[in-house]
Amino acid sequence: MENKTSRRSFLKVSSISGGGMLLGFSWLASLKPTEVMGAATGAKDWVELTGFIKILPDNQIKILSPNPEFGQNVMTSLPMLIAEELEVDWKKITVEMGDYDTPRFKSQFTGGSQSIRSAWGPLRKAGATAKWMLLQAAANQWNVPVAELTASNGTVIHKASNRTSTYGALAEAASKLPVPSNPVLKKSSEHNLVGKPQKNVEGPKIVAGKSLFTMDYQVEGMLIAMAIHPPAFGMQLKSFDATEAKKMPGIKDVFDIEVYKKGYERAGFDTRTFNHLIVVVGNSTWEVINARKKVVAQWEPIVETKEMVTNFGRRKEETIIPAGLESSDKHMQKMLELQGQKARVLRKDGDPEAAFATAKKVIEKTYSAPFLPHNTMEPISCFAHITDEKAFFVAPIQIPDMMKQNIVANLDVPADKIEMKLARMGGGFGRRAYGHYIIEAGLISKKMKAPVKLIYTREDDMTNGVYRPAYIVTYKAALDANNNIIAIHIKGGGIPEHAVHENRFPAGAFDNYLAEGWELPSNITIGAFRAPRSNFIASAEQSFLDELAHAIGKDPIDFRIELLKKAKSSPVGKNNEYDAARYIGVLELVKEKSKWTATPKGTHRGVAAYFCHNSYAAHVVDVSMKSGQPVIEQVVSVLDCGIVVNPDAAKNMVEGAVVDGIGNSLFGGLKFDKGVVTQQNLNQYRMIRMKEAPKKIDVHFVQNNIDPTGLGEPPFPPIFAALANALYKATGKRFYHQPFINELNKKA
Amino acid sequence: MAKMNLKVNHKTYSVDVDPATPLLWVLRDHLHLVGTKFGCAVGACGACTVHMNGMAMKSCQLPVSAAATQEITTIEGLSENGDHPVQKAWLDIDVAQCGYCQTGQIMAAAALLKQKPNPTDADIDNFMSGNICRCGTYVRIREAIHSAANMSKK
Ligand code: FES
Ligand code: FES
Repeated sequence: MENKTSRRSFLKVSSISGGGMLLGFSWLASLKPTEVMGAATGAKDWVELTGFIKILPDNQIKILSPNPEFGQNVMTSLPMLIAEELEVDWKKITVEMGDYDTPRFKSQFTGGSQSIRSAWGPLRKAGATAKWMLLQAAANQWNVPVAELTASNGTVIHKASNRTSTYGALAEAASKLPVPSNPVLKKSSEHNLVGKPQKNVEGPKIVAGKSLFTMDYQVEGMLIAMAIHPPAFGMQLKSFDATEAKKMPGIKDVFDIEVYKKGYERAGFDTRTFNHLIVVVGNSTWEVINARKKVVAQWEPIVETKEMVTNFGRRKEETIIPAGLESSDKHMQKMLELQGQKARVLRKDGDPEAAFATAKKVIEKTYSAPFLPHNTMEPISCFAHITDEKAFFVAPIQIPDMMKQNIVANLDVPADKIEMKLARMGGGFGRRAYGHYIIEAGLISKKMKAPVKLIYTREDDMTNGVYRPAYIVTYKAALDANNNIIAIHIKGGGIPEHAVHENRFPAGAFDNYLAEGWELPSNITIGAFRAPRSNFIASAEQSFLDELAHAIGKDPIDFRIELLKKAKSSPVGKNNEYDAARYIGVLELVKEKSKWTATPKGTHRGVAAYFCHNSYAAHVVDVSMKSGQPVIEQVVSVLDCGIVVNPDAAKNMVEGAVVDGIGNSLFGGLKFDKGVVTQQNLNQYRMIRMKEAPKKIDVHFVQNNIDPTGLGEPPFPPIFAALANALYKATGKRFYHQPFINELNKKA
Repeated sequence: MAKMNLKVNHKTYSVDVDPATPLLWVLRDHLHLVGTKFGCAVGACGACTVHMNGMAMKSCQLPVSAAATQEITTIEGLSENGDHPVQKAWLDIDVAQCGYCQTGQIMAAAALLKQKPNPTDADIDNFMSGNICRCGTYVRIREAIHSAANMSKK
């Protein structure tokens, strides 16, 4: 075992009260001073090894999970990575959610299917580091070479002399040792935890209804707050009268807040939703709900504004927020119009214009999809208590660290006074990357000088959203006299961004290729939504490829594989993002597992595959029709996301993505009428329910030894088209415009 | 405001609230029984499901005054130690993703099994379609209900 030590490379030692030592593990080898969390790190006798592991003398072991949890099960799978290397009995350890403490954890980000991918190296290293220090402590104590020692089940063993010592007994001594810079990690063949299904560590609390979510958080003297935002996008607050509201029982105050200060320069996820709000604060939720109705507000149209936004370390960009009240039907008209105009060239290979000019036949299809609301099951909420000593939050937030500069700037709180508990989130799907509600709750607490829980009702949540954008795209293929596809043209746009991924498949498979995009600014707020661009573009692309395969008389899977083989052996262009071999792999496996050519009687099947967030996914969907409505008999899903850390939880995620994709493609669509969201609650907005869910979902993973890649997003995009293609088989109709249910129910 | 007695999980609580307050908010805000969730407040999601005299009921649709003399059971009272067959089946099958809808799902499932100890898939689909799971755990919920039914038979 390598035992080069360095105090400066990636660990930092500092004392904590009670004589123990705290070793702050720094995720990316950058050294920032580690803060001691006081009460949060708690009891005196806990010894910490690396920022992630706490050990008591009686050998109780706790592992902290760094990344916010919203159902993707990272609170189980991330600690598994540490436990694997630490050599502890998974059944005996406890897992605790870490607080917001980025100096300690370095990275606390849940989103973009990145959790496992980015934790894979560092968290295993944290476990191995601690194990090495424990082994070294035993070696020192027994005066034997460390190479003679083994670690297993929280115990260090010296076989030769038959001695053992628990981690608990060694922890204090271990914590005083120099820290190894490069501990050796186990080979994947040596893994006995990673790759074996482990149950959700919070399962027992979830089924018992314990307080886990921000919505559930309560403290003595806590007030409830709700906000009133403009009734339409494109409107803002002019004035309001709260005289009646203030007289209502239980009401403490009614006032307005400016969420982001004038001139605040927004970064990555500081999406500006409605910025000027009326706030009603009272003793209980029901009292606030009632008083809120009594506020009389006047609204006025906004004027066009331009803002500089720094996007994820990229250059500053100017964002235009246009004035006006936008409507879905006008959006569609405008999008179709812009599809006919010149757009920006995103990529061009060969001479597509010439190829189209000589084509014997051109197949051209246009696809569209509406805005989508996240509708996380737990509506938006946030707890804040701002005092002179600290700014304390309980927040459902996917990316706590990116909120720091926002909190500092808009709440006037020094960064070192921010304390944040990262509550389990009742769903995220991208919505909780945008933490404007943390600022809102903070401002209210500051004004009230009291602990406050801000609650969005479902109506607030749906009408003050950060939606998946609305998109359109046209795919065009040029065919020669022998039905060879000689060129592809993709042109897409959207409100306010297009969804064209110009360097993804089928780029690379065609000599003549053109991709173009345009965008239409809007005052409707948009953002992440389980791979927002991918989920639309995959639905269009994979439907189009299906239609092409049928047009030229080829099997849809073989057709895709043929193109991918071409992209593999002689790729066109340089920037192709995907690995054609892995893409082929998921298609071949889904063909085998679904028994592709043996469609069960009475059902109709469709296939689709996609690559995004570093992983590959393919689905085969079987539908039957009952009174004109689709019944999803079975879905066979294949994923290649490298090593699967927690297989059963991973399956659950894929099943969820399948259900989510079927739901959103069949029913999803938020409409606007003069800036007003027309469906404001779940009785007006159709979401997939038990009845419409597939009868069976059969999930398979490609077995390989590639470091894990993402899983939250990748299975989602291709399910839309797999369903559309199955529906085509069932009905003879192609589905170009989401939600498909509208197309399905349209009279022929 | 009105004083009334509520029987929740075999305990009697006395509350002084507006009689029109939905039971949901009384459970959550006043009795601190937060296992009953708020999802929509219009009866469309099932997150707030409790039992009233053994029947599944959406607590956001029930004024507290109507619940006053009834036997209310919330997730906290479904079993002593979180070991009702439905809860056990949920853990065996590891149903939850985010978990937010699951207490409502479990309460609905427990009420279904009381009425129909051996439900078919169609029974489950019909009974459970009032409960939304945004994370999409429906296939596991179905499986867990069958498993709980089998468990209860033994
Ligand atoms: S909160 Fe009661 S049904 Fe949704
Ligand atoms: S588990 Fe998240 S809503 Fe059901």
